[in-house]
Amino acid sequence: MCLSIPSKVVKISDDKTMCTVDTMGVQRDANLMMMDDEDIVIGDYVLLHIGFVMNKIDEDEALASIDTYREILEVLDEDDKKRAILEDDECEARGEQYAQEIKS
Amino acid sequence: MTKTVTIAHGNGGEENNELIKKIFYKHFENDILAKSEDAAVIEDGKLAFTTDSFTVSPLFFPGGDIGKLAVCGTCNDLAMMGAKPKYMTCSVIIEEGFSTRELEKIVKSMKTELEINGAIVVSGDTKVVPKGAVDKLFINTTGIGQIEHKGITASGLKEGMSILVSRDVGAHGATIFAAREGIELASSLQTDCASLYPQVKALIDAGIHIVAMRDATRGGVSAVLNEWAKSSDVCVEVTEESIPVQEEVRGICEMLGFEAVDLANEGTFVLCVEKADEAKALDVLQRTHTTSTVIATISEQHKGKVILNSSWGTKRFLDLPTGELLPRIC
Amino acid sequence: MGLELKHLYDNFRDGDTIKAYAKIIAEDAKKLKKPINIMEVCGGHTHTIMKFGLPQLLPDNVNFIHGPGCPVCIMPKERIDHAYVLSMQPDVILVTLGDMIKVPGSNGSLQDARAKGSDVRFVYSPMECIKIAQENEDKKVIFFAIGFETTTPMTAVLVEQVIKQKISNIFFHINHVTVPEVMVELIDSRDVHVDSYNNQIDAFLGPSHVSVISGSKIYDKFPKDYGRPVVVTGFEPVDAMQGISMIVKQFVEERCEMEVQYKRVVNHDGNLKAQALIEKYFEKMSLFRWRGLGNVPDSGLKLREEYRDYDAEVLYKDVLPIAEIEDHKLCICGDILRGMAKPQECTIFGTACKPTTPIGSCMVSSEGACAAYYKYGNLI
Repeated sequence: MCLSIPSKVVKISDDKTMCTVDTMGVQRDANLMMMDDEDIVIGDYVLLHIGFVMNKIDEDEALASIDTYREILEVLDEDDKKRAILEDDECEARGEQYAQEIKS
Repeated sequence: MTKTVTIAHGNGGEENNELIKKIFYKHFENDILAKSEDAAVIEDGKLAFTTDSFTVSPLFFPGGDIGKLAVCGTCNDLAMMGAKPKYMTCSVIIEEGFSTRELEKIVKSMKTELEINGAIVVSGDTKVVPKGAVDKLFINTTGIGQIEHKGITASGLKEGMSILVSRDVGAHGATIFAAREGIELASSLQTDCASLYPQVKALIDAGIHIVAMRDATRGGVSAVLNEWAKSSDVCVEVTEESIPVQEEVRGICEMLGFEAVDLANEGTFVLCVEKADEAKALDVLQRTHTTSTVIATISEQHKGKVILNSSWGTKRFLDLPTGELLPRIC
Repeated sequence: MGLELKHLYDNFRDGDTIKAYAKIIAEDAKKLKKPINIMEVCGGHTHTIMKFGLPQLLPDNVNFIHGPGCPVCIMPKERIDHAYVLSMQPDVILVTLGDMIKVPGSNGSLQDARAKGSDVRFVYSPMECIKIAQENEDKKVIFFAIGFETTTPMTAVLVEQVIKQKISNIFFHINHVTVPEVMVELIDSRDVHVDSYNNQIDAFLGPSHVSVISGSKIYDKFPKDYGRPVVVTGFEPVDAMQGISMIVKQFVEERCEMEVQYKRVVNHDGNLKAQALIEKYFEKMSLFRWRGLGNVPDSGLKLREEYRDYDAEVLYKDVLPIAEIEDHKLCICGDILRGMAKPQECTIFGTACKPTTPIGSCMVSSEGACAAYYKYGNLI
């Protein structure tokens, strides 16, 4: 794994060997020598490791993952709701109260 | 014990404790010392007495300098025992060639902080040593304060009590790392270095019974919670997501592989009160910092340990930090 | 919705999503024919798993075998001793990354060497060597390079700059190692003395950032030739849970494939420029000893012959110890790494061998299995 963190590129040097990245309001310089010249532009999200930009983060894939997680949460939420209703229907205590309500 | 002293022995964590116990406490043994509180309580509970040395590098950092740090550090140790800082001494060891203009700037900072605490310097010493014998400037201060709230101790924590933190954590440690040579970070982050007596006075005036209180210096909040858990033989259960951390501190921690709870603070303290006093204490603290919050409760689960409870139902131990804090690749 | 930086942190650490995957894994695991053991190869994954308490969320039939840990902790003692010896040489400034500070060799760690007066500096980035060399022209700056494939190209960039800028006082001691070879060694050792037939590893959680550099192509052979699924996974807790979920699904659906969970940064080919840099300056050593595992063929790198003038191992060969130092005979790290034993079964676990006095690689690394059990044991 090795400690690498997502950062946003905010500045690129003229000779394209260095850039400045921002991680949650903290800025630092990073080396671009592992990337090809046209690879990185300002606004890109990149992975930083020991002062170097390692790779560009694929925004579409990141958003796709986030969508997947949202869907999973929605499905589970639905399942939970269905289960809660089922438990409620089968609840014996509620049955008694229901019967009393009808009487009154 | 290792044969030679290493940097880790000065880290405020495990190795530091070992050095203190096995050499200093062994020979200086007495009841007052054995209590190991932030300041010694002497003269039958009337006075608090403490000392500290300051070797921080760089000398000037965003939000402060070594002078401000020295006064805050010592006055805070007194305030943490419920004492009003009254008298201080100031000893300096200056490296040959140090700028007199910078020296005066530092002393002026000290004056400003003394005024906030209502304390005065009554004695001092100056030494100048050859180039290389110290790193620019070392300051030692001692302080005496008058105790206004008795009974504050690390061994009084009991099940059900609440632990609060006075503001967001890790700002000082993160600022120092960001300012150090070799790690160039540009951020607007500042140290939290500040005098704590005003907040302590507010708590006392509000009638809050302070069970335990300690500023989270070397070793951070993690060190304080572990010391309390051991001293009182209880379990400190922390709600992980409640620990307040500034975005930028988070950023530096991410970048360098640190945990904010392990980083030093110089103007942040941890407070333990009875559950009944929790709301009132929070109210008082939030008047100074809105980020103050409740972070933990005391239980008997794993005595002597600190547990972090995550928001997704898992737990882990928060241990005393060990070794030197260094950026890691792994 | 546009992507913001905080999404890349918060969404991949979200507690509800972690719990959701725990439910999905629990459901799927009911259909498993037998318990499965997943090895997370890299120490960073072990760190995530332990820090976020993931074993507490998994059913009993889905287990972890903790992998070799960090690239420093698998270094054999004799190479740690190289760092110590080099730091003690006259006019040497030894520069390395922070992970090296506490690892103990025969004479002590680099922390001890520094306490004895040698000039040891820990840097955040290898490029800091250049400034150190310029400020100390009369000294020899030796960069003790460590790391898996993730960190290797950065050393290559430094080598290139040293040559381009004609810096005459920077030298290299290379200790870079590669991951696929040790994965093979764990499940199919060539060493006749090693019992790898009884290893319990059923699948691999592939390292995140090694794969960014090398591409996921390096794992193609594991499902194909060794029958082990590999899911290349990111290092955030949601990534880890999703990766585990994908592995469990493979077993339930009786598939055996190489999949990528960490799609936002890993692709099949990897960073070709980084790979070219590695290729230009380094070559494989036929043998490299891994602590706890012995020789792992083709897993170590060294500077190519044409750059031997920069190689500290060549320059200082007269003082560098070469005798192989075996681990303590009671150390069973090799078995623990293959899943054939658990840390608690080791006779010196927690007594002679603990994080402050580590004896084997699994304890040296703060992400090794033994260190993790020692620290979190009661709560797992």
